[in-house]
Amino acid sequence: MRPLFPFRIEVRPQPSTSMVIGVSLLAILAAFLVSGLILQAYGMSSVRDYGVVLQETLGSPQGIAEVVRKTIPLLLAGVGLALAFRAQFWNIGAEGQLLAGAVAAAGVALFAPIPAPWLLPCMFVAGFVAGSLWGSLPTLLKVKVGVNEVITSLMMNYMALYSVQWLIYGPWKGKSMRGFAYTDPFPQAAWLPLIPGTRVHWPTLIVGLTLALGITFLLSRTRLGYEVRVLGLNPEAARYAGIDGARVTLLVMLISGGAAGLAGVGEVAGIHHKLLGPTQISLGYGYTAIIVAWLARGNPLAIILTSLLVGFIFASGDVAKVALRIPVQIVEVLNGLILVFLIGSERLLSYRVRWAPASPPSLPRPSTSRPLPPGEGEGGDGGDGTSDLQHTPDVERL
Amino acid sequence: MDPEFWLISTLSRALAFGTPLLWGALGEIYAERAGVINLGVEGMMILGAFFAFAVAQTTGHVGLGLLAAAAVGGVAALLHAFLAVTLRANQYVAGLALTMIGLGLAGLLGRGWEGTPLQQPLLDVSIPWLSSLPLLGPALFTGQSPLTYLGLLLAAILWWVLYHTRWGILLRSCGEAPAAADAAGVNVSLVRYLAVLFGGVMAGVAGGFLSVAYRPSWTEGMTAGMGWIAVAIAIFAAWDPLKAVGGAVLFGACYHLAFRWQGWVVPELLKLMPYALTIVVLALTAVVKERRWRGAPEALGLPYVRGER
Repeated sequence: MRPLFPFRIEVRPQPSTSMVIGVSLLAILAAFLVSGLILQAYGMSSVRDYGVVLQETLGSPQGIAEVVRKTIPLLLAGVGLALAFRAQFWNIGAEGQLLAGAVAAAGVALFAPIPAPWLLPCMFVAGFVAGSLWGSLPTLLKVKVGVNEVITSLMMNYMALYSVQWLIYGPWKGKSMRGFAYTDPFPQAAWLPLIPGTRVHWPTLIVGLTLALGITFLLSRTRLGYEVRVLGLNPEAARYAGIDGARVTLLVMLISGGAAGLAGVGEVAGIHHKLLGPTQISLGYGYTAIIVAWLARGNPLAIILTSLLVGFIFASGDVAKVALRIPVQIVEVLNGLILVFLIGSERLLSYRVRWAPASPPSLPRPSTSRPLPPGEGEGGDGGDGTSDLQHTPDVERL
Repeated sequence: MDPEFWLISTLSRALAFGTPLLWGALGEIYAERAGVINLGVEGMMILGAFFAFAVAQTTGHVGLGLLAAAAVGGVAALLHAFLAVTLRANQYVAGLALTMIGLGLAGLLGRGWEGTPLQQPLLDVSIPWLSSLPLLGPALFTGQSPLTYLGLLLAAILWWVLYHTRWGILLRSCGEAPAAADAAGVNVSLVRYLAVLFGGVMAGVAGGFLSVAYRPSWTEGMTAGMGWIAVAIAIFAAWDPLKAVGGAVLFGACYHLAFRWQGWVVPELLKLMPYALTIVVLALTAVVKERRWRGAPEALGLPYVRGER
């Protein structure tokens, strides 16, 4: 078939890291531009307004501290999700696992007779276990009977949300909190130390960074990590290699859910010092962590950067709300747009455009030894109308 | 209480609660039958709910509102189809992203309308002859929204189209064996685009039902996960439009009883019921899969690339 344009689109074998980063940045930029249009409708059009947001987030120590504060839960939940995604397990339940962790931490802080120095460590352990358990039901259903984990893990989020509401309106409602649906405040020993003058509960941050390093090590240097990688790349091959997919998935999800649980512990022990409304504990961190993990392409170290970026978006949303009265939902829209542009641009990475001036149509096609890449028909003429460009013969020219 | 009355009123309310679930599930069934999973139903529903309300409120015409809901659901679905079919992106992530955008955008646009009641809602009607049937009359055909009747009718039509027409075979072939369909000259991409578009329109109307008929007002997040439950019903119903009616009524009953039992049980735990039921139902569906539930389209969630297998 005669090409329509003087260039060809061909398959790119393995996109380079800089290419991946470049395209990801372009996707983020595109998302910002589109939400900029939406913001314009809200009267936030001047450069000054964007300056205000930048000044109040990145321009002052306080602002940066708020960015870091929002980064902490995203980092923890994001690292966990990255691991789950690497094993091809679609854990959409980080929000619920985070809340489960918060509940467990609150339970220990309020009711367990544990001496002061051990209280916080116990809360972290309890939060990890609770997150793991909350994530294990969808996992068991998936590996034992093959129930799609997307819907079940998501339903678990709603169940966690209403369970927290039940606790704070019912059995755990604080005596000292008359009109409000909170638990009593945690004892001082259950408060995480902060970097003075900020709301950065640094122990959780350290836990998050350690976890990112730990998962990196796990993936690259351990047997389980190897099994996760094989399972994620090719479940069929994993089975032939004698890898127990169910066991690996379950282990992965125990860690993934636990990580989200730790994020919940950090929020209640570091910021709120009590159990309160589920949407106050988490501003949708569990959902947003999906973007963090996807942006990092499942690389736990890259999560540190992507969670900072999304943390910055969250903090900007707060600033825009307070200083410019922009509704905070813009954050959700922006996050969704980033995800759309990100997965939309993925296709760009697998192809490259080559300059190839049209040759006389009668010229026989040079034979190639390369295997046919995706998008190339076996004798098809590209008549299904999706993309004529993709159906031009794949020839290595120039 | 009189058991017959109890049964009738429960069934009648279950059908009302189940209407948005039915519309959403019917659309999802068609999209998935063509091989595309649409997890953006929740986002399309909430957008539909907002636009139906806003347009109905400003123009005074409920019909225009519902048209707007269908249109906005369709537009969102086209975006999903573009991502899933043309760009062959991960369908789970594409749907999630659309849900995020939908929830955020509806919340953003709807801020000024929060809690406003709709001036001229879509009124309930009774069907003249059918409503006088014993038992079924008062349960199904009395005092329901026109969208409820339309949903039941659509379920029957869609079932017939799916199993007894050429169109149905085309649709199913794209979800079961796209390569074979392609070889037979079916434009797989076009069929998938249309199926996803249809699913989005249905989801939009499902949301519109909530804001102009069921609870004629606008509240942020008023879909409360119903879009996800609609996706679950599609699986539970084994991708069969008629069985989806049963699924929708079951979940509708669950929502209704959660509302009705408020005096006796803690409300938060009642609100949790539909979500727990979803998990239970999906688990049961999977367990008995061996015999009756063999409906999952073979190529569900897999982008079709000619020559790649």
